[in-house]
Formats: sequence, structure tokens, C-alpha cells
Amino acid sequence: MAHIEVNQKKVTPEIAERLSSVCPFGALVVGEKGLSIESGCRLCGLCLKADKDGVLTLVKDEPTVEVVKSSSRGIAVLAECMGNQVHPITLELLGKALEMAAPTGQPVFVVVIGWKVSSAVESLRCYGADKIYVYDDRSLEHFEPLRYASCVEDFVRKVRPSVVMAGATSMGRSVAPRIAARFRTGITADCTGLALREDGDLVQTRPAFGGNIMAQIVTPRTRPQLCTVRYRVFDAAQKREGPTSQVEVMEEPDGLEKAGACILEVLAKPKEPDISEAEVIVAVGRGVKDEAGLHLVRKLADILGAQLACTRPMVENGWFDPRRQIGLSGRTVKPKLIITIGVSGAVQFAAGMDKSEFIISINNDPEASIFNISHLGLVGDLYEVLPAFIEKVGREEPVR
Amino acid sequence: MIERRIQSGVGPKTGHKNEKGVGCLNIIVCIKQVPSTSNVEVDPVTGVLRRDGIKSKMNPYDLFALEQAFLLREQYGGTVAALSMGPNQAMDVLYEALYMGADSAVLASDRRFAGADVLATSYTLAQCVRKMGKYDLIVCGKQTTDGDTGQVGPEMAEWLEIPHACNAISIESFSEGAFTVKVNMDHSIYTLKIEAPCLITVDKDVNTPRLPSYLRRKRAGNAQISVWSMDDLADQAESHYGLSGSPTQVERIFPPEAHDDRECFKGSGEELADRLYSLLRQKKRI
Repeated sequence: MAHIEVNQKKVTPEIAERLSSVCPFGALVVGEKGLSIESGCRLCGLCLKADKDGVLTLVKDEPTVEVVKSSSRGIAVLAECMGNQVHPITLELLGKALEMAAPTGQPVFVVVIGWKVSSAVESLRCYGADKIYVYDDRSLEHFEPLRYASCVEDFVRKVRPSVVMAGATSMGRSVAPRIAARFRTGITADCTGLALREDGDLVQTRPAFGGNIMAQIVTPRTRPQLCTVRYRVFDAAQKREGPTSQVEVMEEPDGLEKAGACILEVLAKPKEPDISEAEVIVAVGRGVKDEAGLHLVRKLADILGAQLACTRPMVENGWFDPRRQIGLSGRTVKPKLIITIGVSGAVQFAAGMDKSEFIISINNDPEASIFNISHLGLVGDLYEVLPAFIEKVGREEPVR
Repeated sequence: MIERRIQSGVGPKTGHKNEKGVGCLNIIVCIKQVPSTSNVEVDPVTGVLRRDGIKSKMNPYDLFALEQAFLLREQYGGTVAALSMGPNQAMDVLYEALYMGADSAVLASDRRFAGADVLATSYTLAQCVRKMGKYDLIVCGKQTTDGDTGQVGPEMAEWLEIPHACNAISIESFSEGAFTVKVNMDHSIYTLKIEAPCLITVDKDVNTPRLPSYLRRKRAGNAQISVWSMDDLADQAESHYGLSGSPTQVERIFPPEAHDDRECFKGSGEELADRLYSLLRQKKRI
């Protein structure tokens, strides 16, 4: 078992105190016997970095399984179709897959699972994938995790891709973890950055530790490497001149009909305000404290023809509908322009909007981390800036 | 090798069903202790974490899972057991679950579980579930606030070879050995029938979680939390747990990158409004 060992002989109270303060999990405890490592240790390695005195040693296991990385090749995108329509996340995944494949020469595959998907497949053929594998069966009309997992398993066994990408959608989040357990391999959810190394290792970046931290994650010993990506994080693949992708229709795996849950009814949800489609967004954070503030923000949104969005606390206090929440537990948005008002910019929020084309932020705290990702930061009181702005607009031109 | 067979369908039924196919439900709820703030930053120069004293709480999404389990127990009878994995401090959230009304609680705690990623975590929890005996339903929250991934539940279901459904907005009924569940997909609501034993993750805000009660707290005063280490589980191969059992590796952590083409201004409301106005004008937004 991998663990960290403490050389108690080298421990002084100062060193113990310092190392203990570095641990984000409170697992390094200073006690009578010196410095001890409790079960909260997640082997993040921060104490090792802070250890200048050789007090700590990481005892590593040798990996027991040597994988022949070269036997797995290709980047596979798990497509998502709604009837005959291809969900835009599929094209975004494909865009990233093609970008990663270009320098490494890996093939790019798309896996389409559903029923009567031929026109979706036909349109996908124009987006540059090398090959499209199709599972088309009545039992696959609606998403069911076990049935879809069986198809993906069948595909992975036959084609042996090195990477499988899925959308961080209801479907992707439900089926991808099953595949991970089935092949005893790693899964990294909600990646915000992906790159492929020459040896085929996928370098996955995502916000981690529930804090303002990004983690770079690899899956070096197992294949396939699974990841999910949210909608609107990467740029969509461009449509090509004509259909170039080969198509292979796969035989559906045995026992599909009986596997999993029986879907009794599917009801389309009423069309809701969708901030992830908006071109301009005004996002509200805790700095907006009252109805008067909300009124100012609404006015700003009206002027810009913008959709209103918010941070998690604003949903929790009941001011906004959860569908308007931006962030890891809300929506990811990528508008041309976003103006954040009184938003501090926690990493969970930033991860949901930092790919926006232009970010303007108003906050009275000059240290607010939102300013690190803003193209234009305005350090000031929103209750002064917004009325002045609204008045100016009213003076200069009629409100749209 | 980890002992399990891969099948295209559902695995053997391990759950419990009475003769009529209704009644008595044994429910397991998975909960997690999470940091109550997200105030953790990395020093961009030293790469060392800066932190305020970290306090913990129960993952808020798990409250909806617990409440869902209690509602089912009220309707059909049976038991609710809470299960968590973590250091000893994680007992706090299990006590909270007991005071809310759980009948029993299990904590998987072992230094050998440390550093577990999704695969090793779900495997450890699945091993605990197998040890806990017969069950009809596992309920999980939609996701956690510290990892935000929502992957552990479905992955547990795979290890246990049972079907699962994500984002349930209601568990309508249990009859003839199956639950009727409504789940929230991106663009539609599915109503589905899923056979017990199964795993269901519960969407947020689908119920109003009860508060821990003083009476239950008094009654649960003697309630014991079973603490299990690897030695208590059926599979004792260290390589399946913790860091060794985790195929993913965190290579480094770093602060999120800042945009380099940024400008920041301080000033009066009037001055800043001017800046905003001229920029939006230039961008043809007004």
C-alpha cells in the first residue's frame, strides 16, 4: 500500500507544526509521539513538497499490472442523439478529439447508440471522424444505463480505443462510470482541459478538492481512459465538405431487451429558459444584497438583451431558479459577453463560465478571484456603478 | 483478480423480496462528509495550499437521499442504514444521519483506503454493501459538493451488478419487487420501473429533509456506528483499495490560470460606469 512515512527522529516541533498546517485534510497531526498521519490522508503530496528537511517519505507500490499501451489506439466519442438530432456536446467532444488526434495520428471514432439513428449518423459523417460505429435497436430508443453500457462495452472490446469521451450530461454521467468499473479503469468527470501525450496518456484537467484549485490527472496504467466533459467547454468540430467518415453497423449485444429498467413513459420537459444558449449573460452573486440591487441588475440585463444567471448561494436563498445557476453544480455557459455583478468567483462558478468570450466583473473587493479571469474588472460598489451606467444609457440613447 | 463476472445484463439478485412482492424495504443510504467552505487556494509561487481552518458538514445533496429513504420506510416499513467512507471525523455525519432517523450506520475507515479515486471508492463502498447483507435499495445523493462528479453511485451499482437510475425526482411506489421512479433527464422526464435490488440517485430539492431531532438523539444516544477496516471486508487485496486501487493519478495541482489580457480599474461609480459604457459601446452591445 502506498503511504507516507514519518522519520520521527528528524521531527522538531517547528517542522511538525509547519507540515501539519500544509495538509488540506487535517491528516497530519502533531501529538505526543511526534507527527502522525491519520486516516484522512489522501496522499495529495502537498506535505512532501513542503518538507525541506527530509522528514517525510512517500512509499510507493510498484504497479502490478503492466498495460501494453500500444494495444489500445484511438479516441472514441460517445455520441448523444435526441431522436434524429445530434446533441451539440457530441460535436464539441469530436472537435477536441480531432484536435488531439491530429499531432498523434490516432484515429477518431464516434459511437452512436439509439433507435432509427441513420439520419443522425449521416449528418455526423461530415464532421471528420474516421469511423462511426452504430448500435441501432428498438431496445435502445431511450437511454437506459445497463443497455447503453453493454453497447459501449462491446465497442471497447472490439475496437480497443485508448480514450473514451462522453458528455457530462444525464446520459454520460450515468453510463460512463459503469464502463469504468467494467474495465477497472479510471474516469475523470467534468474535464475542463484535455491533451494527449505521445505515449497515449490523456492529461485531464479539472477543478478539484472543492476549492480554488485545478488538478491535472492521468490514467497511466489502464485503458481505456474515460472522461466526461460538460456542454460548451470545447469548440465544436467544423462541418466538412462531404461525408468522410466510414460507418460500421454493429450487431447489438445479447440480452439487451431484458437488461436494466423498463421505461414506461417519456415526457418532454417544457421549454425552459436556457442560459447555456444565451449570447449575453448578466450573472448575479452574493454582492447583490436586496431587491433594489436585483432591480438594477434586471435593468442592466434589459438594456443588453441579456439572460440573467446567478451563483449557487443565490439559488440556495431562493432568489433564483436553479436552472439559472452557473457553475459545477449548475450550467456551463460560453456566451460572447458575460457581466458578473457582486460575484466573488469561486472555482466552481468560474469553471462554468471562464470560457466565455469576454468577461466583465463588478465587485467591491479588489482581491476577489473573479478579477483573475475577467477581461475588464471594475473594482467598485455596484450600487453606485449600475445606477450611473443606467442613467448614462438613458441619457445617450433610448433603451432597447 | 477482483471476483465478479461481467455480464451484459443484470447480475444475480441478492436483494430481499417478500412473498407478495411488497412490504418491508431494507435501504442503504450513502453519505459523505465534505468541507463546508471552498476557501482553499494554492499559492501560485510555492504551490502550497493556503487554507482557513477547514470545517466539515454532510454533503447537502445526501440530505435529500436520506429523506427519500425515510419516506419509503414510513410507507413500506423496513430499515434505513447509513454508509460512509472517510476518516474518523466522518462519524459526525453518520451521527447526524442517526439523529435524523437512520436505524444503523457503518463507517469504512482505514488508512489503506486513503487516496481513493472514483473506482477505488465505489469498490470499497460496494464491498461494505455486500457485507451489510440483504438490501432492496441503495440511495445516493445526486453528487457531492467537493467532487461534484456524481460518478460513485452508478459505479457502485456496476460493482454490485444491479441496475441504477440517476436523478430521481420521485420514487412513486414499490410493488412486485420493483420501484416505479421518475427521473430527470436533460430534456425529458422518464418514468421507469426498476427491479430491486437497485441503486437510485436522488435529485436535489425533491423533498424537504427533516432536521435531526432531540428525541432521536436521546434514543440514538447508545447507537453504535460500526467502523470497518479492510480486514472486515471480503476482498482483502490491498491493491484494490486506496491509492493502489486507483487508476487515476493526480500529477499536480495548480491555481486556475488568469486571463493575461485583462484590465482592472478602481474608481467612483461614475468613472466605472463610463468605462463600462464605452466598452459596451465599442463591442456594439449598446
